[in-house]
Amino acid sequence: MKQLLMGNEAIGLAAIQAGVNLVSGYPGTPSTEVLETVAKQNDGSIYVEWSTNEKSALEVAAGAAIAGARVMVTMKQVGLNVASDPLMSLAYLGIKGAMVVVVADDPGPISSQTEQDTRHFAEYAKLPVFDPSSPEEAYRMIRDAFDLSQKYHTPVLFRPTTRVCHACASVEVKEEKIEHKPQGFVKDAKWVIFPRLTYQNHIQIEKNLRLIAEDFNQYDGNQITETAPNTKKGVACGGISYAYVKEALNRAQTHVRLLKIGTPHPFPEELALQFMEGLYEILVVEELDPVIEKALLLVAGKHHIKINILGKLDGSMKNAGENSLESVLTAIEDFLELPKTKYEPIELPPLPVRPPVLCVGCPHRASFYAVKKAMKGQKAVFCGDIGCYTLGNAQPLDMVDTCLCMGAGITIAQGLQHIEPDAVHFAFIGDSTFFHTGIPGVINAVYNQTDLVLVILDNSTTAMTGHQPHPGTGKTMMNTVSPKIDLEKLLLALGVQSVKKVNPFDLTNAITCVKEAAQTKGVAAIIFEAPCISLFKPEKKYQISDSCTSCQRCIKELGCPAISKDSISNKVVIDQSLCYGCSLCAQICPAKAIVIGGDKSC
Amino acid sequence: MLNLILAGVGGQGTVLASKLLAQAAINRGLDVRTAETIGMAQRGGSVTSHVRIGQDLYSPLVALDTADIILGMEPSEALRCLPYLKKGGSIVVSSKFIKPFTASLPGSTYEENLIWQCLGDHCKNISVIDGGKICDACGSTKVLNIALLGAASNLRQLNLTLVDLEKAVQEILPQKIHSINLQALNLGAQSARKGETAL
Repeated sequence: MKQLLMGNEAIGLAAIQAGVNLVSGYPGTPSTEVLETVAKQNDGSIYVEWSTNEKSALEVAAGAAIAGARVMVTMKQVGLNVASDPLMSLAYLGIKGAMVVVVADDPGPISSQTEQDTRHFAEYAKLPVFDPSSPEEAYRMIRDAFDLSQKYHTPVLFRPTTRVCHACASVEVKEEKIEHKPQGFVKDAKWVIFPRLTYQNHIQIEKNLRLIAEDFNQYDGNQITETAPNTKKGVACGGISYAYVKEALNRAQTHVRLLKIGTPHPFPEELALQFMEGLYEILVVEELDPVIEKALLLVAGKHHIKINILGKLDGSMKNAGENSLESVLTAIEDFLELPKTKYEPIELPPLPVRPPVLCVGCPHRASFYAVKKAMKGQKAVFCGDIGCYTLGNAQPLDMVDTCLCMGAGITIAQGLQHIEPDAVHFAFIGDSTFFHTGIPGVINAVYNQTDLVLVILDNSTTAMTGHQPHPGTGKTMMNTVSPKIDLEKLLLALGVQSVKKVNPFDLTNAITCVKEAAQTKGVAAIIFEAPCISLFKPEKKYQISDSCTSCQRCIKELGCPAISKDSISNKVVIDQSLCYGCSLCAQICPAKAIVIGGDKSC
Repeated sequence: MLNLILAGVGGQGTVLASKLLAQAAINRGLDVRTAETIGMAQRGGSVTSHVRIGQDLYSPLVALDTADIILGMEPSEALRCLPYLKKGGSIVVSSKFIKPFTASLPGSTYEENLIWQCLGDHCKNISVIDGGKICDACGSTKVLNIALLGAASNLRQLNLTLVDLEKAVQEILPQKIHSINLQALNLGAQSARKGETAL
């Protein structure tokens, strides 16, 4: 039966059918829906958790895998950096059951800090990697990934990209499901990593990689999918770029010899040799790093094949950003010397700009505003972090001066403080990010006696990735209630000088607390507590009364999407269908012209 | 092969509308691919959904100059996607503009009449739907997307009937909102049939 499945749903469903026993992960675009699918379709036999971070997720899964379970770990590409410590070692230690580590890459990037390529990571970590080109292929490949992992006792990376993860397709779904019963942990010296064991296992890993490469030569995810008579030119590609190349060839109504690589590491060398036979020029179409391109160059060099290989390294293809149908069509037309498809440019009039902004009623807006007001005229630096609140950098708030990676705001602020002790350094961090990697940074500041104002933006959810539970929410992915981790007690236990819990919408009080914290030596923490607007419905709405003087302070200082200036009457208006009743604008209005209004058109 | 672009603002249900179209097509035994481009914001950003229906499709994204239909939940978003429309393609668009908050900040002006003019200059087959009126009739601002689907069902190119879309609505949406959405679907279809075009 064919079902409409998102790539991530296809991966989750296929994992269930492959007999997965445990799934752990940390949310991150574009990977999040994989674990959510398993949780949603779980009949209760699979243990599913959002872990506090990717390292925890991978280690939990590693424990289950050495007890013989089939496990899956999910994360986005930068999450793999956090999980890389356990993964690198686990590659040497090996596993007993099966472990598939789904790492979603984000060419573009559309919603990430880096354009790192997990295929490269696979090579570095000496792990096999699957690179599906469509949701259907992702569905089929997952089972192969589990089987390969079990066969060679190695973790296997599975690397879809955004256009596979978030694309939907009609997928032929099977009914049957494998039942996998874990054997249980058997004590053995092989589970304790020591230098001598690492050396011995390293030898075995290299042997296995050669064997896996042979398997991959025969694997149907790697194929010469098209040929053309007497052709001297070939195209090699992988991932979503395969889809673009197929479309481009259809559109240009032409054929070439086409190599599709579904497992870039270990590279299917024999297949590549067959592909190169008789060709004098190859175009490599891939996203992120030139992984297939370098592998083909290596094969050509090793076998003394005289061939031109065009791609990112020689500048034929762009080396940053994602490919598109249009960019691939242009590249294919250039390569095959075909007539160019022309796009007639349409001159569009000015269109509304819709930059990413904090939602109407978002508590982060109030928190940023309170800090901004409290620190007006003083030397202060605002270190941001990863989450919705990174959007606090937009005008008119302009309250994010730095952002690096998960949890880094707290520690970056400390470095800044050592160099500029006369400034007040703030670190803003969301509740989920704080649990993820924020805590060690706080300990670092307390222990090293660094002045810092820590601002935890506690909105009781993981908002940016779609509202996943975390240790502060008291809910788990197994639908059980667990005791909430109390941020205030935790901070006090870590030795933080002062901890204040404040509702940011109580603006006067919030500003006072910030001023006090800025004067405190050592680490002072403010927990701004107010729920994300997605967690409740508005109880009241505000509107502008006749006493409005059109000073536009509400517009100029808050940037709330519900408030605008009517283009005809030139009056400030609040869109009643958008207002969430947060009251922030009413609190800052110098004319007290913003009042609770009637409930119109909502 | 049919290529559709659905364009709207975050919160208007653009992605849901694309799922309903895809489900209707699958029910007819057709293969489907869809993809979305969504910015980082939870709400208020531009959202574009790509829907492709037919055999031998590989890319989930529609190429420029190849869309048969643009469904615009908002006029300026429909226009933003105009480069995707092929010659002779159709546009079904809601008449109501959604102002971004930046429209109130200096240096970010746009003129509604220029947007309509540009749409009209480049596409001869536009149905403008008074989505606000349909939402009022249904008593919810959230059914605009469904009303537009209803309006689109009148297009011969779509190859999906109102009945196909009704079935998809019943399959995908929770039961308690079936009647309101079916009403929106039908009002959308009627308003397009009456030829309520404002151009």
